[in-house]
Amino acid sequence: MSKYILKRLLTLIPTLLAVIFIVYFIMDLTPGDPGTLILGERASQEEIDAKNEELGYNKPLPVRYVNYVADLVHGDMGNSWKSGRPVMGEIIARLPVTVTLAVGAILIGTVIGILVGILSAVKQYSFLDFSATAIAMALASFPGFWIGMMLILLFSLYLGWLPSFGGGDLKHYILPWITTACPFLASQMRMTRTSMLEVIRMDYIRTARAKGQRESKIIMQHALRNALLPVVTILGINFGGLLGGTVTIETVFTLPGVGSLIIEAIRTKDVPIVTGATVMLASFFAILMLIVDVLYAYIDPRIKSRYERK
Amino acid sequence: MGENTVKVKIKKKSQAGDIWRRFLKNKTAVFGLIVFSLIMLVVLLADVIVSYDSALTQNIMDRLQAPGAAHWFGTDNFGRDIFARIVHGSRNSLLVGIGAVAIGITVGGLLGSVAGFYGGKIDSVIGRIMDTIMSIPLMLLVLSLVTALGNSLINVLLAMMIANIPQYVRIVRAAILSVVGQDYIEAARACGTSNLKIIVKHVIPNAIGPIIVQATMAVGTMILNAAGISFLGMGIQPPTPEWGAMLNEGKQFMTMYPYIVVFPGIAIGLTALALNLMGDGLRDALDPKLKD
Repeated sequence: MSKYILKRLLTLIPTLLAVIFIVYFIMDLTPGDPGTLILGERASQEEIDAKNEELGYNKPLPVRYVNYVADLVHGDMGNSWKSGRPVMGEIIARLPVTVTLAVGAILIGTVIGILVGILSAVKQYSFLDFSATAIAMALASFPGFWIGMMLILLFSLYLGWLPSFGGGDLKHYILPWITTACPFLASQMRMTRTSMLEVIRMDYIRTARAKGQRESKIIMQHALRNALLPVVTILGINFGGLLGGTVTIETVFTLPGVGSLIIEAIRTKDVPIVTGATVMLASFFAILMLIVDVLYAYIDPRIKSRYERK
Repeated sequence: MGENTVKVKIKKKSQAGDIWRRFLKNKTAVFGLIVFSLIMLVVLLADVIVSYDSALTQNIMDRLQAPGAAHWFGTDNFGRDIFARIVHGSRNSLLVGIGAVAIGITVGGLLGSVAGFYGGKIDSVIGRIMDTIMSIPLMLLVLSLVTALGNSLINVLLAMMIANIPQYVRIVRAAILSVVGQDYIEAARACGTSNLKIIVKHVIPNAIGPIIVQATMAVGTMILNAAGISFLGMGIQPPTPEWGAMLNEGKQFMTMYPYIVVFPGIAIGLTALALNLMGDGLRDALDPKLKD
C-alpha cells in the first residue's frame, strides 16, 4: 500500500513540470509586458524596461522556466509581480475563504445528495423520486452564480435574513455555501441514485432479504457500502474542482478567495501568482485523487489486494 | 393445407427507428427536445422576431423600465430592450456552445479513437498528455487562454475547445474501447478487413451512441462555462448581446431592478436544461437496459 502511494506521488513530479511549462507558455502569449501593466501606461520606457529587467521578464522563456523550477525545488515560489509579496503568502492568505467555502458546500452537497439519492433509489418512480430528479436536473442546468444572485435577492433583499456579501462570520457563508453546493448536490444525488439502483438488484441483496434481514439494515449496510465507490469519486473530483473553480461565486458574493486572486493575476499578467496557484491547485487535486483511490481500498477489499500486488 | 398456413410478415425495424420510438415515450426528453427546438427557432429567426438594432440602440429616456407591453422583459441601464438582447444573445451563446463541442469532439474524437483502437504506446502517450492538461483547473486554463488569445467570441470558443479536449478524448476512447473488445471486431479482423474499414463500418456505428449523449450534455456545460467567462468580464465584450455578459452588466443594478438579471439567467438555464433532458432521454433510448 505505501509503495503504491509513493509511486503515485512520484508520478506527480513530471505532471507538475509539464503543467508549469503549459502555464508559462500560455502566459507568455498574453499581450503586454508586466512592467507596463504594473507601472501603468504613463510610466517612461526606461522605468518599464528597468521593471521588466528586475522581474527577469526580458530573459527567454526556457531560461525563465528553468529558473522557476530551480527556485520551486527550494520551496520558493517567487514574489508577486504586482504586490511584491511572496506568492506562497498571498495564496495562503486567500486559502481560508476558499477552503471554508469548499468544505461547507461539500458537506451540504454530500449529506443532502446521498440521503435524497438513497430515498430516490429505494422509492424508484415515486413522487419523491420524480421531483428530486427534476430539481437535481434544474440545479445542474442553471448557472451557479445566477442561483447565487437569486438567493441574494430573496434572502437578503426581500426577506432580509442573511447578509449578501463580504466575508466575516459564518453567517456570511450560508448563501455562498448553498449556491456552491447546488450543482454538486445534483451530481451527487444522481450518482447515488444510479449506483444504488444497480446494487439493489444484486443477488446478495435478495439473499439478505430472503434471510429476513431488516430493510433499513439492508439498505444502509449491504447496499450503500457497495454503492459508495462512484459516490466517493464524485466527491473527490468535485472537492478538487471547488478549490479553484468558485471564482464566479466569489465574484457574486465578493468573497476574497483563491479564485478571485487568480483572475486578478491573469488580468494583470502576474505570472508568479498564476503559476504558483496552478501548481498548488494541481498538487491538491492529484493528492485528493490519491486519497480517493486509497479510500477505495477501505471500501472495497478487492481493490486493496490489487494495489498490494502492484 | 391452405387454412393452416399462417402468413408471417417480418417487418424489419431499423435501429434508429427503435431509438426514436423509445425517445418519444420519454415525456421529459420530448419536453427537452421541444424547448430546444424553440430555442433553435429563435436563433434562426432572431432578425424576424426583433431587429438587431433594438438590441443595441441606447435610449436614455427609456432606461431601467420595468417589464411591460412596450418592453416585454424591461430595459437595461442604457435603455436597451432586454427581450431583444436575449433573442440576439441566443446566437452567441449557442454558437459558442455548439461550436466548441463540435470542433472539440472532432479533434478529441480523432485522438481518442487512435488511443482506443491502437492501444499500447500511442494510448499511454496520449493519455499522459491529456492527464497533464486535466490537472490544470479548468476555469484557470480557459481564462488564461482567453487572455492570451484576446477577448472575442471565436477565442472563447477556441479556449473552451482546447481546455475540454481531454474530456472528449476520454469519452471517445472509452466508447471505442467498449467496442474494440467485442467478438465481431475480432471476426472482422479474422476475415482480413482493413483497419480503416473496421473503424468506419464497425467501430464508429457501435460507439457513436454514448458519444452523442455526452456531446449533447457537453453543449449545455459549454454554454454555462461561456456564460461564466463573460460574467467575469472576459470573453465577449459589450455591447454585443450575450447572456453571461448581460448578467455581468446587470449585476450592479440587480438590487433595484431584479428583472435585469432574472431573464438572461432563465435563458441560460432553460437552454442547458433542455439539452440535459434531451441527453438523458437519448441515453435511456440508446440503452434500454439502463432504464430498469
